[in-house]
Amino acid sequence: MPAIQSPATEEIHPDVALVERAKNGDTAAFEQLVRQYERQIFRVAQHITQNREDAEDITQDAFLKAYEKLDQFQGNSKFSTWLVRIAVNESLMRLRKRKTSKTVSMDEDVHTDEGSIPRDFAEWRPNPEQQYNQAELAEILRKTIQGLPPGFRTVFTLRDVENLSTEETAEALGLSVPAVKSRLLRARLQLRERLSRYFGKKQEGQPA
Amino acid sequence: MNCTDLLSHLTDYFDKKLSSKLVEEIKTHTAGCQHCRVVLNTTEQTIQVYKGNEIYEVSDELRERLHSAIMSRCFAKK
Repeated sequence: MPAIQSPATEEIHPDVALVERAKNGDTAAFEQLVRQYERQIFRVAQHITQNREDAEDITQDAFLKAYEKLDQFQGNSKFSTWLVRIAVNESLMRLRKRKTSKTVSMDEDVHTDEGSIPRDFAEWRPNPEQQYNQAELAEILRKTIQGLPPGFRTVFTLRDVENLSTEETAEALGLSVPAVKSRLLRARLQLRERLSRYFGKKQEGQPA
Repeated sequence: MNCTDLLSHLTDYFDKKLSSKLVEEIKTHTAGCQHCRVVLNTTEQTIQVYKGNEIYEVSDELRERLHSAIMSRCFAKK
């Protein structure tokens, strides 16, 4: 268990007051929380499910669940982390329901291969933003992240796209901090290798 | 430090959570190892390109639709 910090050394997050008001039936306070996090929850769900309609449903379901279980939120974590955890679980459940052969758990299909040396050693041409227009670049980034196993994709999304800390990511996914770090490393290296096909300088002897 | 050691420290390196001694060791290693230098540079660029570009745009129209649906589902229950 982490040590409890004294209130004097820990800044109280503004969400704490909003959650407290929402628990006491203040609709406007809950609505403010929805406004703050609806985009983020939608993006997380879309990243995991890769499906826009599913992401819309999951966003609604996650907030409804959060609202219904608000009394169970004890404030041991940030409200946003708690909400992301609900959305991740809903998203993984949605993937399971699709009954595809693709993996649907944070633990499956995640071979971390600690210590394996990455391939592809081409430096990138400077500034991918100048090589492709915004729509092309977004498409490349989307396609590339879609190719990752869900376990890697989810960790990378929370940590590097949504800017959660490693500890918050671990909490949201029910993983240990070392497990998050290990998956994050593999996700970053796999994305790097795949993006090198688009952004890497051509090396001598390579086909054009 | 060898290439495998460098990889094991890469996440903490990008999070700026490494001791200055280990950061120096990484700099020394990458100065003499082109492969690790490229991996470090391009991994850092990978993180930056994802941080700097929104890949799933949430339009105002979508946001409003979502918002209305969330609020009506939550408060229809009470």
